[in-house]
Amino acid sequence: MVGFVSLFQQAVVFGTIIMFGAVGEIITEKSGNLNLGVPGIMYLGGISSLIGVFFYENSTDNPNKFVCVLIALLCAFLASAFGGLIFSFLTITLRANQNVTGLTLTIFGSGVANFFGGSLNQLSGGVGQLRVPVTSDAFRIQIPGLSSMNNIIGELFFRYGWLVYVAIVVAILAQVFLSKSRAGLNLRAVGENPATADAAGINVTLYKYLATCIGAGISGLGGLYYVMDFTQGKWANDGTLEGLGWLAVALVIFTTWRPKNAIWGSYLFGLLYWVYMYIVGISRASQELFKMLPYVVTIIVLIIISLRKKRENQPPEALGLSYFREDR
Amino acid sequence: MDNNIAVSMKHITKAFGTKVVANKDVSMDIRKGEILALLGENGSGKTTLMNMLSGIYHQDSGQIFVEGQEVHITSPKDAYELGIGMIHQHFKLVDVLTATENVALGMDKKKAKNNRVIAKAIEEICDKYGFDVDPKKKVYNMTVSQKQTLEIVKTLYRGANILILDEPTAVLTPQETDKLFAVLRNMKADGKSIIIITHKLHEVLAISDRVSILRKGEYIGTVKTSEATVQSLTEMMVGQKVELDIERPEVENKELRLQIEHLTCLDKYGVTALDDVSLDAFSGEILGIAGISGSGQKQLLESIAGLQEAQPGSSIVYINPETGAKEQIIGKDVTQIKKMGVALSFVPEDRLGMGLVGTMGMTDNMMLRSYKKGHSIFADRKAPHDLAVKVKEELEVVTPGLQTPVRRLSGGNVQKVLVGREIAAQPTVLMAAYAVRGLDINTSYTIYRLLNEEKKKGTAVIYVGEDLDVLLALCDRIAVLCDGKLNGVVDARTATKEEVGELMTHLKEEGVSADDGNDK
Repeated sequence: MVGFVSLFQQAVVFGTIIMFGAVGEIITEKSGNLNLGVPGIMYLGGISSLIGVFFYENSTDNPNKFVCVLIALLCAFLASAFGGLIFSFLTITLRANQNVTGLTLTIFGSGVANFFGGSLNQLSGGVGQLRVPVTSDAFRIQIPGLSSMNNIIGELFFRYGWLVYVAIVVAILAQVFLSKSRAGLNLRAVGENPATADAAGINVTLYKYLATCIGAGISGLGGLYYVMDFTQGKWANDGTLEGLGWLAVALVIFTTWRPKNAIWGSYLFGLLYWVYMYIVGISRASQELFKMLPYVVTIIVLIIISLRKKRENQPPEALGLSYFREDR
Repeated sequence: MDNNIAVSMKHITKAFGTKVVANKDVSMDIRKGEILALLGENGSGKTTLMNMLSGIYHQDSGQIFVEGQEVHITSPKDAYELGIGMIHQHFKLVDVLTATENVALGMDKKKAKNNRVIAKAIEEICDKYGFDVDPKKKVYNMTVSQKQTLEIVKTLYRGANILILDEPTAVLTPQETDKLFAVLRNMKADGKSIIIITHKLHEVLAISDRVSILRKGEYIGTVKTSEATVQSLTEMMVGQKVELDIERPEVENKELRLQIEHLTCLDKYGVTALDDVSLDAFSGEILGIAGISGSGQKQLLESIAGLQEAQPGSSIVYINPETGAKEQIIGKDVTQIKKMGVALSFVPEDRLGMGLVGTMGMTDNMMLRSYKKGHSIFADRKAPHDLAVKVKEELEVVTPGLQTPVRRLSGGNVQKVLVGREIAAQPTVLMAAYAVRGLDINTSYTIYRLLNEEKKKGTAVIYVGEDLDVLLALCDRIAVLCDGKLNGVVDARTATKEEVGELMTHLKEEGVSADDGNDK
């Protein structure tokens, strides 16, 4: 039982990172933009928040927790949205190939992040010395009252930093936005059939830009959560975040482009990813096999989707295609 | 100005590029509460003219008046605001959304209502005019006819008083067409103006009040439907015969090469596209295929090439010129047909879509036909290169180099590359569809000359064309398709343009029923 509780806790923490990534990417993809730069964007979000609060915490003797959180959130969101803006400009305005642009963005993001991450480490006196204690603590504040429940429910559901719950709220909001709001309807139309949306008087370019930038901003919060809560304010050039970014992309497919499915889907991915820790007598090599499980599940979901041929479960029809009005 | 006129177009001219003039000085009026048929052959500029009303194109010169006021329509939104709505041939609907959601799409904030209100409004429109739309149904579950109905409802919901329908019956069954016409009459009674773009004469006679005719982008005239006949309309549509100086060599010893019997095919929507067609093609002959586009030409050619599935009971027999052996083509795939020794060369309608790879150069495109030759594991680049050089010189292809992507060549040069390659394969049957579409006169004549040379060599040439003058001058026989049926085969030497035109637009058996629908 103890084993399951700690596995579950690990899965939730792990899942939250990719939930942010996936929900953001779902919004982006709903506009017809396939942004494969998610890992890069999560890197940008993580490193920007770290840079922001590092200088804030070092510039004042008594850093305010609230200001720390605000700086971290803003830096992460804006830097990631900027990544989305680069992608938008290249693919929407210049109509560059989306796959190539996205992959390039991933390389760019991880390069930028690891460069500045290394610099931060050096500034603070070597690898492992980097600390942003106030911010990191602020992000790990748990829900007062509920977190002190000393039963199984408290342990399973309320032992997490508050961003875990923010992720769920964001996913629910994204779901409501896409399925209930008028703007969500228009966005879906843009991703499905931009020519039709255009003829109906929807500003296709604006929708694509906004969805891609806001989606990237949300994805970037995954990077923020990774840095502040998961690694507790440290930076290591180990490429973990990139792997998580690709899992987020896989999760988008797994959810069949529905943010609500990302909530449980991300935790399931977390469970599958960490389950090897709780299997006795497993070799290192087999561990890696277990880490494949989320991808295997995604492939199985893909196969099931294509067998069932339900139109609602298909990717947006114009996903990955650039739109140009004169191409009639 | 006459109060009864809804839209007035004056001296409208529209050109694409420098060569193609789609509309030349067209002036016409649409009255309130009438159904106006816009009649013309393919490429006569009907759709372009209407696209200017619906905001997709903008005229180069000329004026448009709505309700007596001059207007500038620069986008579909402008058109909607003026009460003009167009139902395109390719429906502008999002498949995964419901009917209601499609209607709600892109609505202004001010007009935005919740889906229940919209659903109710849809039902009201349906009751008023006799439509049948389920607001909750997803578009991908709808039949073509239901999608079209939804498009009309959508347009009406947005307040359109002038409806333009671009060949609305092309995708409908006869029963669905009757239903559509009943709805159109209801809308007319309600004071709406309806323009229906068509080239089917019996429909014009059945539904319209007046007919305006375009020919080669020019306005020919408007007549009252009650005073028009199939003959008079055909004459206005096809015009006088133009004498073309195209050579038509005589070839002796024609042999039966292809024997098509009871060929029936479905299109991708499952609608019968080709209905029980029986036709022979001979060597040393150019067999012309005439017909309004979408009458089954594509299916006919693709069945012969092995790209289209035929319905049971169909038969295409190929007679081998050397052995005289008869071989069934249906049921074999493209490679098998090739292996049988049947050399079918196919110049597809969409030059860059099916025939050539746009991003590859001439040499590589030549290789597409020959990559299976030779036994080395490396592809033979020498022969295709030589062929490319030969085609370039003989057909005077203008290209910066053999490696320049063919996508960057002009339409005429692309066509030359394609035809040159097909002919180099020394086919026994050569099929060419719309081989001169978009080409200038000189290049067109080069293509005609090449086809004639093939004919003299004893190739059976099947030529699908849209210009009746060319078909009559170039071909030996012309098979006319109408609505997927073979409506007659005429001798091109003696047939008149009117004769072919009538066969194209008017199914023989349906001569009686067309007049029944005319309520005047």
